[in-house]
Amino acid sequence: MNASATTTKAIIELKDVQKYYGTYHALRGISTEIRQGEFFSLLGPSGCGKTTLLRTIAGFEDLSSGMLKIDGKDMDGVPANVRPTNMVFQSYAIFPHLTVAQNVGFGLRRERLSKDDMARQVGAALAMVGLDGYGDRAAHALSGGQRQRVALARALILKPQVLLLDEPLSALDKKMREQMQIELRRLQRQVGITFILVTHDQEEALIMSDRIAVMFEGQIAQLASPQQLYRRPVSRKVAEFIGVMNFLPAKVVGEVGGLAEVQISGLGRAAIPLEQCPAGVKAGEASVGFRPETVTILFDGDAARGHTVNGTVEEVQYFGDMTYYDVKLADVEKPVTISMRNLVGRKVLERGDKTVIAWEEGSLVLFC
Amino acid sequence: MKSGWLRGYAIGYLLFLYAPIFLLPLFAFNEGKIIAFPLTGFSLKWFQEMATIPELRNAFWNSLRIAVAASLIATTLGVFAARASTRYKFRGKGAAMGLIMLPLVLPDIILAISLLVVLLQLGIPLTMWTVILGHVLVCIPFTIAILNSAFLSLDRSLEEAAIDLGETRFSTFRLVTLPLVMPGVISSLLIAFTISLDEFITSFFLTGANPTLPVYIFSQFRYPAKVPVIMALGTLLVLSSILLLAIAEYFRRRGVRRQGGKDTGGFL
Repeated sequence: MNASATTTKAIIELKDVQKYYGTYHALRGISTEIRQGEFFSLLGPSGCGKTTLLRTIAGFEDLSSGMLKIDGKDMDGVPANVRPTNMVFQSYAIFPHLTVAQNVGFGLRRERLSKDDMARQVGAALAMVGLDGYGDRAAHALSGGQRQRVALARALILKPQVLLLDEPLSALDKKMREQMQIELRRLQRQVGITFILVTHDQEEALIMSDRIAVMFEGQIAQLASPQQLYRRPVSRKVAEFIGVMNFLPAKVVGEVGGLAEVQISGLGRAAIPLEQCPAGVKAGEASVGFRPETVTILFDGDAARGHTVNGTVEEVQYFGDMTYYDVKLADVEKPVTISMRNLVGRKVLERGDKTVIAWEEGSLVLFC
Repeated sequence: MKSGWLRGYAIGYLLFLYAPIFLLPLFAFNEGKIIAFPLTGFSLKWFQEMATIPELRNAFWNSLRIAVAASLIATTLGVFAARASTRYKFRGKGAAMGLIMLPLVLPDIILAISLLVVLLQLGIPLTMWTVILGHVLVCIPFTIAILNSAFLSLDRSLEEAAIDLGETRFSTFRLVTLPLVMPGVISSLLIAFTISLDEFITSFFLTGANPTLPVYIFSQFRYPAKVPVIMALGTLLVLSSILLLAIAEYFRRRGVRRQGGKDTGGFL
């Protein structure tokens, strides 16, 4: 997204990172690289190890085994207070006994700046997060969104190599959250620092990130750009976690010229590129998925593109801009969900209506 | 009808609790030597007489010194214990905390006698320091209870944030932890001070040649002529106890408010 700031240089390198809490295996061999200047998200359900990984990078947790390098230096035995990382905590951790300015300048205390220098730097940091003139306020009197901004300013004032954000938006209401998503992204581009965001909200990760690592049970299930992740999830589990996907039972019947010949229940026969299954395609049972918006219900006068198949509307959910239909296909027990934009002049179908659905091979994801 | 009974019960209970205490100032300001109704007239002479008894003055200074030392020691030890019990997991933590809190329900007299036996066996002479030792034991469960709640209401990520921003563990404790639990520390100091000032049994057993105020008061009840002075002294003690408790509670509540937390208990 932000090609100028994102280089290929790795700022964080993880090699086979393992973490045990007693007998509980929290991180199970994490190996990856995080690039300098990118907005990187760790996405997963609670208990998947994403926060543990973040705290490991920050230095609050030791590795049980494996290697962690930040900016080329091995972090083994390097305590949190000297690592080139700063963190925005889920609770923001604003010091309640200090003013906003004292909070923001907390990390500069050790640099023994002159009073003017300190005030200038704190003022600039506050301006950056849109809190101009809030310096003298008591920290405990701030709103949730303001606390978050103070936490950001307090971390960014130290110009860390990496900013770690632990579910920073989860305590905000929906509107504030959406506003902060945009602002965080803007701020990240402005300062050019690597951001690592921990979140369980797939939408948030998709909106903000350059790359997303989806984690399940202490492992990275897929590391990809938001678009790749949405379009080509590597497993059903990843697909189910990101957005909505319909799954249909399928059977691989053959292989012709780089394409897998697949018989899909409800849709029929399709040829899907083999590259979707890096592990190789075996003949036999598989499943095929597609997103609700990638197939179309044909209305009167619409020209069919690709293949068509008949169905019956079982359920209608009207959202104003969109309508979600649950459509029953022949030979498939569970109806599939299809979303249609409510364009001008396009009618909304009703339960029991017979429909024709158009689909293309490009919409399908093969899970083998 | 039902609520009428309940109200009657509540009023009766409060009377039972406080009526005797209200008798203290009544007789302290009474002119007569004999503690009985009818009152004979208003007088401040018992308060004036207090100042003329050197033993009383000595006992007062002893009590004060002991209370200051005991509350300082009990609170310092309480900070260590509360910090350990709220921040770290270790083997035998439950048992250790249980044993530390046990003197709360253990009869003081058992504590005092066993301590006395040990001190005599070790050949340690009974001085002010042995009384302080006894008082520290009595105070510690209270200080830990107060400090525990102060440390518990402290968000752990505050300390992590300070470390993350470059501070060491020690400077984090000084810059973040201590200021935030300070209301609890002050409250603990004041409660321990009050308890030590009132403590009779351990003082009685462990005191040497210099009695504390409660021990002195007890010894004076043998002389009917001294009773009005004791009433005056008692009046002052009650007032100062209430004052100290109120100050302790004020600091505790202020601490809760400053951290924006919810009030979950306390003594008042």
